[in-house]
Amino acid sequence: MSALRFEPDDKYNAFLAVCKEPKGGSGKLSGIPVAVKDNISTQGIETTCASKILKGYIPPYDAHAVALVKSAGAAIAGKTNMDEFGMGTSTENSAFGPTLNPRDTGRVPGGSSGGSAAAVAAGMVRMALGTDTGGSIRCPAAFCGIVGLKPTYGRVSRYGLIAYANSLETIGPMAANVSDVSLLMSVIAGHDKHDATSQDRPYTHTPSADIKGTRIGIPQEYFGAGVDPAVAAVVKKAIGRLEELGATTVPCSIPSMEYALAAYYVICTSEASSNLARFDGVRYGPAVETKKSWHAAFQDARREGFGPEVRRRIMLGTFALSSGYYGKYYAKAQVARENIRKDFARLFADVDVLCGPTMPTIAFRLGEKSDPLSMYLSDILTVPVNLAGIPAISVPCGTVQDMPVGLQIMGRPFEDERVIDVAYAYEQGGQP
Amino acid sequence: MVSEKDVEHIGELADIGIDAAELATFTGQFNAIVEYFDVLDKVRGDDTGARDLYNILREDKVEPSLPHDVALGNAGAQEDGFIKAPRVM
Repeated sequence: MSALRFEPDDKYNAFLAVCKEPKGGSGKLSGIPVAVKDNISTQGIETTCASKILKGYIPPYDAHAVALVKSAGAAIAGKTNMDEFGMGTSTENSAFGPTLNPRDTGRVPGGSSGGSAAAVAAGMVRMALGTDTGGSIRCPAAFCGIVGLKPTYGRVSRYGLIAYANSLETIGPMAANVSDVSLLMSVIAGHDKHDATSQDRPYTHTPSADIKGTRIGIPQEYFGAGVDPAVAAVVKKAIGRLEELGATTVPCSIPSMEYALAAYYVICTSEASSNLARFDGVRYGPAVETKKSWHAAFQDARREGFGPEVRRRIMLGTFALSSGYYGKYYAKAQVARENIRKDFARLFADVDVLCGPTMPTIAFRLGEKSDPLSMYLSDILTVPVNLAGIPAISVPCGTVQDMPVGLQIMGRPFEDERVIDVAYAYEQGGQP
Repeated sequence: MVSEKDVEHIGELADIGIDAAELATFTGQFNAIVEYFDVLDKVRGDDTGARDLYNILREDKVEPSLPHDVALGNAGAQEDGFIKAPRVM
């Protein structure tokens, strides 16, 4: 094992922990420093989920994806900043201060993998691991001008990912270009017996720019109300380049999009209310006052340890699952989720991929969205993918006001290779 | 419409701890979000897509696990090799 020196000039608060002398080995990623989002367990390296409640937590084991990255020779460079427990779209919800967008430090990097995206965009690391629950890899990739892949659910093990919303989230690769995203994906994909949802679908693909004959669906909802016309114009031009490269486009519609965002937030908050019950100052977190009663001590620890967004989501989930409201919210959200799956299946019978913007706007300014609901509405174009469990990638496709715009390419389940190819084709031949 | 009393009750159920000073803000935000959730009333169908899913369980045999001291390493408080918890009664 060879030791590297890693002392980045982190002007963007991208890292929460830096490993100054990370050890590398031999393999596909030999000697490459890889940053890891702070909700992915790293043995012996503090892992906080950007939360005060986990300050000082040292995982006793590596997440499966981290173990694979290490065994491929990479050096773990450090842990990256994020929205607390992955809850957010801007990385402003970190207990340790927001990350700044390297393209414009007055703007957010996107979230919740904003630290990973900023670390790559600023050139501090070549690759990073992020997690995507409702767009948390693709959003910061789009806002920072890098590439991010949300793999098919089950293709990358979630063992060691500190759970927020199990049925939605996945670990995925982020890098400055499609080839590096593909390389990192080839290391982390595959079966893991520790994760019951893990699939035996390794990824051994080499990106190909040949997309002649590829049929691309263009959902009208991805260019509808709420999408900045300037962003839509850049993405339409990018899709035009894909046509020039031999693809054909087909207009289409996803009617279930109307319910996707509400269904997503009901489901993710419900799962969060259960998953985050373990953070009680007993099993994890700063020790509680044991002379108080259980509930009083528990509430004190969680009031002090969790930020407002985490507390809000735990309460929303508790409300959605409570007696009298379960049928109105959670059960309906599951029906909506199934309708979304069916809509995607119907479209993928006719087209190979779907394309649209990753985000409805460019990166917003720090503090610009102080109202939670308006922040949630930013996720409208990314959450359907998580509800359906399909793969999607964001690749830079131009700028608006000098800020990056992401082209989102969505594919059939387990056709991560195809979305990689379309992104690669655009990257290689997309620039006029 | 969710009242401040409702939010206080939900905070109790969730063991999240709501201060009186934050109740009004939380309630206002809560109402806006829950009002948005009401779009789900229009969802048609009752098929939740239950497919042929089954639980994947490993064989019930003892496998190597973390040593006792490592497993307790992140516990808030310990006593005699156990996690120390607040009283329940």
